[in-house]
Amino acid sequence: MVAALTRVFGVHNLALAEDVVQDAFCRALEVWKFRGVPENPSAWLMATAKNRALDILRRQRTARTYAPELGRLLQSEWTLAPVMEELFAPNVIKDDLLRMMFSCCHPRLPEEAQVALVLNILCGFSVTEIAAAFVSTHPAIEKRITRSKKVLAASKRLFDVTAAADFSARLPAVHRALYLLFNEGYHGASPESAVRAELCQEAMRLTALLLEHPLGRTPTTYALAALMCLNAARLPARVDPSGNLSSLFDQDRSRWDQELVAEGLKLLELSATGSELTEYHVEAAIASVHARALRPEDTDWKAIVSLYDTLMTIRPSPIVALNRAIAVAQNEGPERGLEEIGAITGRDRLTEYPFYSAALGELEFRRGQHKTAREHFQAALALARNPMERRFLNQRVSACDQGET
Amino acid sequence: MTQFTYLFRGRDTSASPEQMQKTMEQWVAWFKDLGSKGHLKDPGHPLEHTGKVVKGKQKTVTDGPYAETKDVVGGYILVEAKDLDQAVELSKGCPIFEVGGSVEVRPVQIIKM
Repeated sequence: MVAALTRVFGVHNLALAEDVVQDAFCRALEVWKFRGVPENPSAWLMATAKNRALDILRRQRTARTYAPELGRLLQSEWTLAPVMEELFAPNVIKDDLLRMMFSCCHPRLPEEAQVALVLNILCGFSVTEIAAAFVSTHPAIEKRITRSKKVLAASKRLFDVTAAADFSARLPAVHRALYLLFNEGYHGASPESAVRAELCQEAMRLTALLLEHPLGRTPTTYALAALMCLNAARLPARVDPSGNLSSLFDQDRSRWDQELVAEGLKLLELSATGSELTEYHVEAAIASVHARALRPEDTDWKAIVSLYDTLMTIRPSPIVALNRAIAVAQNEGPERGLEEIGAITGRDRLTEYPFYSAALGELEFRRGQHKTAREHFQAALALARNPMERRFLNQRVSACDQGET
Repeated sequence: MTQFTYLFRGRDTSASPEQMQKTMEQWVAWFKDLGSKGHLKDPGHPLEHTGKVVKGKQKTVTDGPYAETKDVVGGYILVEAKDLDQAVELSKGCPIFEVGGSVEVRPVQIIKM
């Protein structure tokens, strides 16, 4: 909605577009309280925002300048209503989303700021959620978003998605943003739930949109889409029937979505052209190894370790190293895993990350050090970000207690 | 470049919503075309077909205009063209002819003192 309105008002009036959306939501709360929620709430919101935009355009016709490329068409009653109708048509809004996605990835913004902006404007992420996704603090992210919006607003024009060179130059940042969005849904830090499937769906929808665009249909986009499908296939099993988080090893694999697995494998095949090997290719390949294993013990851990080795050369990070260490432990035993964890460079950056302590706990548990394992699970518990994670870790703590007696 | 006003007359009152929609799209397309070629000086507005007429020294106010639908001015725009001939040619793209209407092309008078 912000994307469509920014198209109307011009990117320099981004704040105005956001205000209109905010208005529409407030109005919805008021009206729906009395008349109930309409059959198609999103269409209702869209229509409300559109009417509010029309009001503003009529009232301030001469006082402000709006989108330069629309210019005169919004000034005159001959064209105002039909042009607005056109701008709010579903297929046009699709393009607006792409245009906004690429606009957010402005070269004058650092990559992290671009991503934060996409998450905020396009996906309606709160500052808290973005801070969690980046493992950063609320004020830092807030400052970053405010500053980024100023840069975006100063850019005068929305991105032209038909200019091939510009499109390709910005594509990697767009990929990264979509990847982070998917991860936020998958390992969500939101307090109410650990798995927010709708965020994953959102990321998949935007990626599919990118695949529809001739310039967006690159091997890397296919790899990203494959990665999302293959991981999303496991979503139905990530939470067990009693609402508890289930680890990869305990999941009921019959609940994996085989259609998504098939789709993911097909996309992975489509990604295997050209010479570029991206982290998305590797991560999709890792997910495909898991997806092919009918039982946890069938997993080809050797293949996974070597894929993580590749990933470490493309995009090294303590989190990738941690995942690699876990794969090593599966292949060569918990002691080797703990050694690998001990050797991670930048390990101190992981201490705020609940999965780090949880992984240490798991490995200590497996080699029979229940007391040490318990301490690690306790540490992870203190960092847990939602009730599901807490419940899961509490179960692990009790398992340690039982193991000791 | 000289400025010209186009006065539009006539409208199809029996049009179905679908036809109206199509007509609107044609107007938008025409405006875009004029705009992209740099001829659209001021996009003006369409006008309601009713209002009041204030007339004479007495400033008598009457309802109106009560002319035939085809004679009532239904809107205006301001274009720029190099001469009257070009302004006339440009006006021929107007969708109003589809519904039997007319465009009156009038140069803006430059008052010399």
